[in-house]
Amino acid sequence: MSVAYHKATTLPEAIALCGMHGRTMAVLAGGTDLIVQWRTGAITPSGFIDISNVAELKVIVEADDDMIEIGAGATHAQIATSDIIRTHAPILAEACRSIGAVQIQNRGTIGGNVMNASPAGDAPPVFMALEADFKVQDIKGERWILAENFFTGYRRTALRPGELLTAVRIRKRRKEELQRFFKVGTRRAQAISKVVLAVNARISHGGVERIAIAVGSVAPITVRAPGTEALLRGKAITTALIGKARRSLADEVTPIDDVRSTADYRRHICGTLIARFLKEITAASSKRA
Amino acid sequence: MAVVTRKLIINGSEQEVVAEPTRRLLDLLRSDLKLTGTKEGCGEGECGACSIILNDEVVDSCLLLFGQLADGDRLLTVEGLSGSQVPGFSGSNDDLHPLQRAFIDLGGTQCGMCTPGMLMAAYALLCRNPNPTREEIAVALAGNLCRCTGYVKIIDAVEGAAKRMREGAR
Repeated sequence: MSVAYHKATTLPEAIALCGMHGRTMAVLAGGTDLIVQWRTGAITPSGFIDISNVAELKVIVEADDDMIEIGAGATHAQIATSDIIRTHAPILAEACRSIGAVQIQNRGTIGGNVMNASPAGDAPPVFMALEADFKVQDIKGERWILAENFFTGYRRTALRPGELLTAVRIRKRRKEELQRFFKVGTRRAQAISKVVLAVNARISHGGVERIAIAVGSVAPITVRAPGTEALLRGKAITTALIGKARRSLADEVTPIDDVRSTADYRRHICGTLIARFLKEITAASSKRA
Repeated sequence: MAVVTRKLIINGSEQEVVAEPTRRLLDLLRSDLKLTGTKEGCGEGECGACSIILNDEVVDSCLLLFGQLADGDRLLTVEGLSGSQVPGFSGSNDDLHPLQRAFIDLGGTQCGMCTPGMLMAAYALLCRNPNPTREEIAVALAGNLCRCTGYVKIIDAVEGAAKRMREGAR
């Protein structure tokens, strides 16, 4: 079990190490998933590139009037309590608060959650629904990858060897946008999701102008639901439409039976969650009227 | 493998620790430093038995590699909980922390396996929030499993300790 260990203390150092060893070594941030995978033999890296003390990766900032940028090394606890995140991306704060429990939230990082690329991950649906951009750097420079193109297969990402995920950029919530995060698990803490769903909808005059629905734990990767999104786009929300959306999302996802849940239950609960979201919109707009 | 050195503050005292960077902090504490109060339960971050405080935050020591620590990091284990170096406590080294006292008085411990982790998670909570609700206590202890007590008495104990600490009594 003897492996190499390289500790980066600055971002350029981390990127250089990824350039040299990224093909065979694992990038270690919080370690809350990676160390378990390593000790159980699920992964067998030739060494670790430790980025857990790289200060540049822990920054959460308002990049400009429209965007916020979160360093990949920001912890779930840091995000859940950040005023910037709570104001401009509250469902991300909510998702991070739902990951593991305090001990995990204090160490686990947002970049780790993304790079783990688990279909049951809690942050990826939020990033997909908010159409986030991931910043990826290597010794030659940087590129940006849209969340929707980031996850390429079960636990696979679009990163090339030598690249490091360094930040996530999301647009601040606009006042006409309604965002929700739903996580269904066996208990509130320490649960790996049966279904996790994030939705971002632009509402005007009680209708859905635009909607992005992202679902986890229902396919090998986190997925958008383009069929249901198209069904809802430009429509006034009626009881009939809610029923259609419920059936549409249940049909559109492709879950499996596994240790945590069944395909049938997952389909059913996806329908329930989107219906609940739409009912909340109608309840809120009838209250305003 | 080459060993690395970290200058740490463990339970209030400075120590230079030398170990392989991939050594788990849990193993370092228990086997090398003989601080066996910290327990290993699941070894994968589900049960919280190995909880310690790292720079004022509760963490699972089974999910931390020694190399991830930096010079100047402060570690607090259950052994350091009863001692004058702990902020908010003025007793002697032989005395128990109000949390430990409350766990005994209010039946918050049975077999004892989860107790050190529970104490450290509760300690982290009370440092941030001296007057938590029962719900806040439950959330703060959600990463710690107990198979004996049913949790009610543990929550009673944390609530009781918080009250005594607010009143300045031991």
